[in-house]
Amino acid sequence: MSLILLGNEALAQGAKDAGVKVVSSYPGTPSTEITETIAALGGVYAEWAANEKVAAEVAMGAAVGGARAMCCMKHVGLNVASEVLFTGAYTGINGGLVFVVADDPGMHSSQNEQDTRFYAMSAHVPILEPSSAQEAYDFIRLAFEMSESCDIPVIIRMTTRIAHTRGIVVPREMADAPVKPYVKAPQKYVMMPNNARPRKYTLMANLKKVLEFAKENGINRVEKGSDNTGFICAGGVYQYVKEAAPEGSIYKVGMPYPMQCDEAKAFADSVADLYVVEELEPVMELQLNSFGIFPKGQDTFSKFGEYTAESVACAIQGEAMAADTITDLPGRPPVLCPGCPHRGAFTAIKRLKLNAFGDIGCYTLGANPPLSAMDSTVCMGASIGMTHGAALAQGEEFNKHAVAVIGDSTFFHSGLDGLASVCYNQSNITVLVLDNGTTGMTGHQDNPSTGMTLGGNAVAPIAIEDVAKAVGAKNIYIVDPLDLPKMQATLKEAVEADGVSVVIARHKCVLIDRSKKPMYEVDQQKCIGCGMCLQSGCPAMRKENGKVNIDPSMCRGCNLCVHLCPVGAIKGGC
Amino acid sequence: MKLNVLISGVGGQGILLCGKILGSYALKMGLDVKVSEVHGMAQRGGCVVTHVRMDEKVYSPLIKRGEADAILAFEPMEALRYIDYIAKDGAIVTAADKVLPISVAMGNGEYAKDILDRVNSRCSRVLVVDGAKLAKEAGSLMTLNIVLLGAFTAMVGLDRSAMEAAIAESVKPQFVEMNRVAFGLGYDLVK
Repeated sequence: MSLILLGNEALAQGAKDAGVKVVSSYPGTPSTEITETIAALGGVYAEWAANEKVAAEVAMGAAVGGARAMCCMKHVGLNVASEVLFTGAYTGINGGLVFVVADDPGMHSSQNEQDTRFYAMSAHVPILEPSSAQEAYDFIRLAFEMSESCDIPVIIRMTTRIAHTRGIVVPREMADAPVKPYVKAPQKYVMMPNNARPRKYTLMANLKKVLEFAKENGINRVEKGSDNTGFICAGGVYQYVKEAAPEGSIYKVGMPYPMQCDEAKAFADSVADLYVVEELEPVMELQLNSFGIFPKGQDTFSKFGEYTAESVACAIQGEAMAADTITDLPGRPPVLCPGCPHRGAFTAIKRLKLNAFGDIGCYTLGANPPLSAMDSTVCMGASIGMTHGAALAQGEEFNKHAVAVIGDSTFFHSGLDGLASVCYNQSNITVLVLDNGTTGMTGHQDNPSTGMTLGGNAVAPIAIEDVAKAVGAKNIYIVDPLDLPKMQATLKEAVEADGVSVVIARHKCVLIDRSKKPMYEVDQQKCIGCGMCLQSGCPAMRKENGKVNIDPSMCRGCNLCVHLCPVGAIKGGC
Repeated sequence: MKLNVLISGVGGQGILLCGKILGSYALKMGLDVKVSEVHGMAQRGGCVVTHVRMDEKVYSPLIKRGEADAILAFEPMEALRYIDYIAKDGAIVTAADKVLPISVAMGNGEYAKDILDRVNSRCSRVLVVDGAKLAKEAGSLMTLNIVLLGAFTAMVGLDRSAMEAAIAESVKPQFVEMNRVAFGLGYDLVK
């Protein structure tokens, strides 16, 4: 029976049907739905780990324990999990181990557009790249089989367009993949130097086996067309090439590393003009060059952003893309939701004129105008270490005007070790934990502080204040960020105090807390049109004819604007 | 039947659901289909656009500019923003209801008055739907997307019963009836 599935759902269904037993992941766009779907399908153990490194370790342990296992993450998650990958390549596995990593060309929801294929090359592990939902379904099974057959972890590279495109999928029969016995093999799994040296030889031999496996299973294929022009491409780009140059010959690469030198050479010799088309980095092009093949590559196609059939066609023809004709419309940058508790915390930061080192989550949006309340966002957990570092550069006085801003999920992801480190090193920074009781931006996943597992079991939540106290934070405050006067006073006290201060701004995400609160309205007689209330960037408020109005269909009754109005024109209870 | 549809609007308007319904519709009609969505950051009140392509065989999930047979817009400015995509004889169905961009809401700039004129100047088949009014009539503002889908189904000439079945499969059981009414209100706008 045909199904219509999102690429991520297809991969999840494919993993289940391939006999995966353990899935451990950390949410991140565009990878999140894979693990959510696995959990919804049931019959497979699935969990949210505190971060991608733990997720990869759990999957690695399950694989060494004899089960088919996978961990899923967005591209930057592999930076965190890469330590497991690099040495896991040396040890090899027992049950199949797959890292599913979702790249984001064009940075729809990401801070960079790093290319995971370079990780594969660097760690000497194979990477498979599906070009459709059906291939996402098929390739995850091939990846488990390859992993077990060649004793090596395998990466599957998804990209945003494959992950978030629905397509038709025809499922296959369930694979028979029983858990293998656990075998003690210290020379294989204890990577001290004497064991690791011979394992590197084993790894390179396993990588050769991968090439044979790929050939036997037809992972790469030639689609014969015109002899005049040939294209080497993989993943979503294959679809664009099919449309941009339907008459051309195509070497459709399912495994962009390691590439099959002999196949690529034969294909290159069979066509007059050869192109390699790949989004982001020249990973295939560099390999082709090393085989003595010099196609038209990044001299023709862009290294920036996402391709389309149109951009590929224009590049082949050497034409510039036609410019968009509609360029004068105001943009719609993403904003914090009406009623979002983060808005109170950022208003306090802004009023206190603090330098704020930020982190990754919904609250990254606090950097946008009109709040403009965050100075940096680099990576998960960076806020704490960076605030400490900036104070080391600027001098102790800096701490009275600075704050690290981090969310609850990010705190458990990699804020914990930062906090322990700054406490140990006698820092005086202030850490503001925006605890909205969920992992918001990726669609409300649970985390260690929410008291719920992915499987829906209620568990004891880990209290952020207890953790902060345990690692040595001196001053700990808990405050409701929508109580603006108290939020502001608490933050002021915290930055002025000696020792590490942790302010926990605790208020449930407005998309989770569905309780009805009284809405607010603006008394048009009293409103002086000063616009102070608009400075919080609430999407429910608008200025029309010199006065401010609140859209009753959007107001969530958070009460923040009442604190912002200098003339008391905003009243509740309407 | 080959059909390229671009669905545009503002995060939270039910664009993903519409894409999903069109995907199920294509499957019912025995066509290949791709529905390309936007998740994550763009959903927080930002522009959201979904490309739906159905045909005997579909390769690229993205529609080329100038090749959309139809644009289904949930907000007039979002119809105009993507108008480069509309094909020569394409049809546009858009909600009349404005959603102010944050800069306009803040009092920095105006919501241009000529948005619909500009849409009409680029496309000869435009249907403007009083979406919010009809959605409220159906029982909830949340059905605005289905009202528009109804008008769109009639305007483009798609199979009504297959579309209604696709909707029934895609919404929660308790909302099937309300959405059926919403769909009908939109459908009946096109005679």
